[in-house]
Amino acid sequence: MNGALVIAGQELRAGLRNRWVLATTLLLGVLALSLTLLGSTPTGELGADPLAIVVVSLASLTIFLLPLIALLLSFDAVVGEAERGTLLLLLAYPLARWQVVLGKFTGHLAILLVATAFGYGAAGLALVIKDGRAAGLDWQAFGGLIGSATLLGAAFLALGMLVSVLVRERATAAGLAVGIWFALVLVYDAALLGVLVAGQNRLLSADLLDALLLINPADAFRLLNLTSAESARALSGMVGLGQTGRLPLWALLASLLGWTLLPLCLAVAALGRREP
Amino acid sequence: MTAIVAIDAVAKRYGKVEALRDVGFELEAGKVMALVGHNGAGKTTLMKLMLGLIVPSAGSVRILGQDPAGRRGAAVRRAIGFLPESVAFPGAMSGREIMAFYCRLKGEAPAAGNALLERVGLGEAIDRRVSTYSKGMRQRLGLAQAMIGRPRLLLLDEPTTGLDPALRQEFYAMLDTLRADGVAILLSSHALAEIETKADAFALIGRGRLLACDDLPALQHSVALALRITVRVTPCTTGRVLEAVSGRAEIEARAPDRLLLLCDAAAKVDLLGRIAQLGDIVRDIETERPNLDAIYRALLARQQEALS
Repeated sequence: MNGALVIAGQELRAGLRNRWVLATTLLLGVLALSLTLLGSTPTGELGADPLAIVVVSLASLTIFLLPLIALLLSFDAVVGEAERGTLLLLLAYPLARWQVVLGKFTGHLAILLVATAFGYGAAGLALVIKDGRAAGLDWQAFGGLIGSATLLGAAFLALGMLVSVLVRERATAAGLAVGIWFALVLVYDAALLGVLVAGQNRLLSADLLDALLLINPADAFRLLNLTSAESARALSGMVGLGQTGRLPLWALLASLLGWTLLPLCLAVAALGRREP
Repeated sequence: MTAIVAIDAVAKRYGKVEALRDVGFELEAGKVMALVGHNGAGKTTLMKLMLGLIVPSAGSVRILGQDPAGRRGAAVRRAIGFLPESVAFPGAMSGREIMAFYCRLKGEAPAAGNALLERVGLGEAIDRRVSTYSKGMRQRLGLAQAMIGRPRLLLLDEPTTGLDPALRQEFYAMLDTLRADGVAILLSSHALAEIETKADAFALIGRGRLLACDDLPALQHSVALALRITVRVTPCTTGRVLEAVSGRAEIEARAPDRLLLLCDAAAKVDLLGRIAQLGDIVRDIETERPNLDAIYRALLARQQEALS
């Protein structure tokens, strides 16, 4: 276990050194701030909880951005070290292969957590300053957003890690990582919508639709945030899905956790077979 | 004395390519063994096997009595220091940070790395980014990390590449200190002339097979290469020397005042006696034993013959 923590610490240190942490925090912070400060313009002052509006906006932002950041962080983890010639030496140290995978994953997750907590935290802070009150806002939804964003990030970090262990060249890993993002985040929903529209609700039963939404981590995250709170459901325009989809909270969480654990286990197995 | 390294009939195949076949030797504490072989002969593969990074296709590898690729592999690797060929480090980190990281991985205090950096002469560059290091400095950083945690076995893949002559001498002095401390050292090298006097034993590898494994006198004896004798005489008297040695030596080269003779080791004393009897015309005699390079080339040639 200790070896995994040492590697995690080194990844975090490297992330701070090469400005990854700074860049992602700034990116998330700037986007979150602009959503927060401009966000009230279209809705007006309707009396809806302003923090709930921000959470809905941030959730949409997170679905697109966080998986990409996570994949860009992790695709390099093993194949990059192999290409730079540092993997052989690392594996020659008294480490089990699972410690290498888990350590790098934990380090990357810490980077993501820092970036989302500070970036989105800045948005929350700005809202408090602008609004002049902190109590009474929907902080639970806000905390839920950070927590579920971390889970979403973890799932895509694990996928990136698996890619990184499986392929021989860094360029291949980068291509696959972008492909995964494209497929799961962009194409999947569009395809699903297309089938729904074309099939006039007859091709897909409600149960099948639930299952299809559940097996995509990005959709699981969307449902988790946009349908969990009553206010968010009303604001997000997900009323219909939220009602037809009777997916319980545990199923959504299990989907995200499964998408994290399965690729990680596969990555450990694949690294065990990889001959440096 | 128990062997630190015990390799027995090891083979390693990658698909149809046979990287190693039927390799076996032992290495004891306080001994330096040199792995000699051309590029691709299987030296690095052998080191990976000893680290447990790859599993042999046949035979067994034991380090301190344990299988390095087995369940207790991590414990075995704790006792090994490894310097890979063309070692690389993350450039954005300083020497101190990199050593602290590797110290933690070996369960040592992070500060333990500083003394090792001093020892390899990187004390002044300790807080500089590694990307600003020269090749020789990176090589020394690699050596420093290999010595973390007082390893009982050092595996050094081409340790002297990138080191200038003065640093090489320092490196060999350090090797002597480690050997005196009872560390078993296995190093590979292309600089055969240099390693010839530094190692206790030599494992000669060609095309994945162990050609020979012994100390230099034994190798010289078993390979039985001809001795080279240079005789310098007063000009235009080489004919008299040739007369004296006829039938007992081959002539490799001839000049008006110089002869290069090749003879069997057994015939050496007799031959020298005959030349000495020629008296005044002989100015100088030099005998030269076959060096490691010659032995390796001879063994490779014999292997080639046996294969074809």
